[in-house]
Amino acid sequence: MLTLPAFTEGATITDPAPSRQQSLASRRSFAPDHGSLTVTPDLRISRPRIPLALAVPGTLVALAMLLPLTYLLLRAAGAGQEALSFLTSPRIAQLLWQTILLAGAVTLLAALLGVPLAWLTTRTDLPFRRFWSVLLVLPLAIPTYVGAFTLVAALGPRGLLQQALEGGFGIQRLPDIYGFGGATLALTLFTYPYILLTVRGAVLRLDPGFDQASRSLGAGPWITFLRVTIPLLRPSIAAGSLLVALYTLSDFGAVSLLQYDSFTRAIYLQYQGSLDRSIAAVLALVLVSLTGVILFAEAATRGRAKYYRSARSIESLPLYRLGRWVVPAVAFCAMTGLAALILPVAVLLYWFGRGLASSTVNFDSLWLPMISSASVSMLAAATALLAAIPVAILAVRHQGRFSATIERVAYASFALPGIVVALSLVFFGANFVPMLYQTLALLVFAYVVRFLPEAVGAVRSGLLQLNPRLEEVASGLGRRRHQVFLTITAPLIAPAALAGVTLVFMSAMKELPVTLLLSPIGFRTLATTTWNATAGGLYALAAPSALLLVILSAVFLPGLLTADRQAESEHVLDS
Amino acid sequence: MPQHFSALRILTFRLLALLGLALLVASCQPAAPGSGPASAAGTPGTLTVYSGRTEALVGPLLDRFRRETSIDIRVRYGDSAELAAAILEEGANSPADVFFAQDAGALGAIANRNLLAALPDSTLNKVDPRFRSANRNWVGVSGRARVVVYNPQSVQDQQLPDSVLGLTDPVWRGRVGWAPTNSSFQAFVTALRRTEGEDVARRWLEGMRQNQTKSFANNTAIVQAVASGEIDLGLVNHYYLFAIQKDQGAISARNYHPRDGRAGAMINVAGAGILATSNNQEAARRFLDYLLSPESQTYFTTQTFEYPLLQGLPQPQGAAPIDQIKTPNIDLGSLADLDATLRMLRDVGAL
Repeated sequence: MLTLPAFTEGATITDPAPSRQQSLASRRSFAPDHGSLTVTPDLRISRPRIPLALAVPGTLVALAMLLPLTYLLLRAAGAGQEALSFLTSPRIAQLLWQTILLAGAVTLLAALLGVPLAWLTTRTDLPFRRFWSVLLVLPLAIPTYVGAFTLVAALGPRGLLQQALEGGFGIQRLPDIYGFGGATLALTLFTYPYILLTVRGAVLRLDPGFDQASRSLGAGPWITFLRVTIPLLRPSIAAGSLLVALYTLSDFGAVSLLQYDSFTRAIYLQYQGSLDRSIAAVLALVLVSLTGVILFAEAATRGRAKYYRSARSIESLPLYRLGRWVVPAVAFCAMTGLAALILPVAVLLYWFGRGLASSTVNFDSLWLPMISSASVSMLAAATALLAAIPVAILAVRHQGRFSATIERVAYASFALPGIVVALSLVFFGANFVPMLYQTLALLVFAYVVRFLPEAVGAVRSGLLQLNPRLEEVASGLGRRRHQVFLTITAPLIAPAALAGVTLVFMSAMKELPVTLLLSPIGFRTLATTTWNATAGGLYALAAPSALLLVILSAVFLPGLLTADRQAESEHVLDS
Repeated sequence: MPQHFSALRILTFRLLALLGLALLVASCQPAAPGSGPASAAGTPGTLTVYSGRTEALVGPLLDRFRRETSIDIRVRYGDSAELAAAILEEGANSPADVFFAQDAGALGAIANRNLLAALPDSTLNKVDPRFRSANRNWVGVSGRARVVVYNPQSVQDQQLPDSVLGLTDPVWRGRVGWAPTNSSFQAFVTALRRTEGEDVARRWLEGMRQNQTKSFANNTAIVQAVASGEIDLGLVNHYYLFAIQKDQGAISARNYHPRDGRAGAMINVAGAGILATSNNQEAARRFLDYLLSPESQTYFTTQTFEYPLLQGLPQPQGAAPIDQIKTPNIDLGSLADLDATLRMLRDVGAL
């Protein structure tokens, strides 16, 4: 259908005058020089100005994302002496250290789970790959305030596991689940799908030529994986890790239930116990600064390499045969699924059973929350995608200070605890747009403000893997800019964008603090229903809605992964 | 690359279909007529309540109010402290008419910013002066007593100390549990500071820390740890024991109201106030009187095992009668500001 690739291949490799970063990047790219000696003229002209059609929406998105930050600055401005002396106390240093330690450990472990799982479920002959693909993403549907609770119920002191072990093995005491270990475990298990999803999309769009070149040079599958595949996946690993790290900073459910003293827990305690919101604001601003440091660190790992194919599907490689590795591979997938999904779901089912026995469960009352959850999350996911597209295009295709600022601003609030984002929009909503306050529109807007980076990261890594020459050639052939976007860019980044849509959808489904304060009054979601029951200590009542949260995600997930699956089946056919 | 084009088509089709469905559903959410503009301070005839008490608990009570008065009542459920923070942020534009809070502290927070209207004497006088605001702008609805929960298999009644201050004694080393992040616990520490002075409170906290007091995330966990023998004593509110027993049957735990009647035996309240900005004052007052009616009071007693604050009603089953509990003399509204308490808890390393 498209005959362009051969054209661009020559151009990429022989680019004589690197006029901008992307062409500079090609010098350091991992693209194998498979043989094109033809010199084709550089089709690009001088660095294009940023079109208004991108600059305007990009700026609007950035302004929206700045609202929580503006609110914090307003509140912190009223901070008294106490807040300032608190800021220089050893307590802050200790909180910072503990928070960084947690975020670092969770991100590392999540990457160690997510990257191999992404590779195993796409590039190998692992049995039941599609089953694992869905199963292993599902832990993302479990809110940490439920997941951590089930971990405590199962693994905590006098928990279900210990009761079982006492019966069978006479084990009296399990290692303490509370504190650093427990919080790290819980957050790793419920966030590694961020990395799995982002990396999975990237693996599917890898140029098989790289693998082939590596192997034809005599490298085995392990060397190829470590030295070719992993470096090529670097942007997606970094994008996923960024989400995990920032999510860990923002999480309250796991750290409160597992009693780990992090920044977000301190911020919540401050709101719980004090009239003085300025101390909480000062704490939250420290968290924003930490986000800034992480963003710069991530930007530093991006480098300038290009990651797109020079040509499409010259030939495809067969899937790797796992051979005798099939047993450890399946065991790895199974263990992860067991700990992150089966265990929490089993505890929920146990509560559910107890609820059925005492007939306190009313299923009819769950229909409306279920439909509300799905529809409002879908709206949020679609809106987030629309908002993410200009930000991602700017970041990838128009690198520079303006784009970098917009992209960083988009990430600035992601590490903020939900209650901070909620209160900031309560403040702006009630006082500046009272007509919209506590309406569905503002709720969707709030979800987008909270979860936009999930969509931006996904669209960005999709764009990085799309050869800009395709777009340039299309416009060179007379297509207008929006036509190029609709006919070339959009279809090719669709699978990556889908991963982003999935992430936002699942995050919005389980979102709590924003939903409680900003939804239309009387609006119930599965998350608020679950929370209402657990807040009253009625776990049997909480179980059905928490289970529905997982089931509903399981229903939507395969649909959202369709495009991924097609890319996958292409590999299979090619092989 | 035809597969990509078809993928996009499928995606677009699905997204559009789902969006259509989503909008359709969203627009006909029966329980959410508020998806239209939510006018400031509510619409006359519609009472908007911000409730820090859960839907499972107060939902049936509100349904009955709606039926009996035909006043349309709408509720936003949330955490008491977060709702209080939201009301402070909303300022004059708050849609709330009534704030129904889990504890007196959250009400005090709003009251201190002059956001609550004065209540009529007829409402205030239904409860003992201990259980309402000294400034007459909120009223207690149900009572929650601080107790020491203990395991009768490992602790004899006569071994129990007269006061929680006695728990720093080495005999209790490693045997006591508390929940430093719990707002009821923090209110108790504030009361301790107010009644005994800063030094006594600080020394007590340090002594408890040195005595290896175990931290728990919440009161339910403490009661269960006592029943399972993980610890022998716990500092909690009185009703958790009864709630667990209702759920799981009898457990090996009992409540003890410290004999000395100081801060460790205080009775806090869940209560309600009316927003000064509400243009629904009349309906709001009816709602508060409804909460203090014998029927509603008995509902709290039987559902949550809290103490009724209207006098002369039956006490929660299994609980010590409220007029036999010796309590400290303290203005509950003054427990609102926890700053100094939080600082002290941080300083001693309990938080």
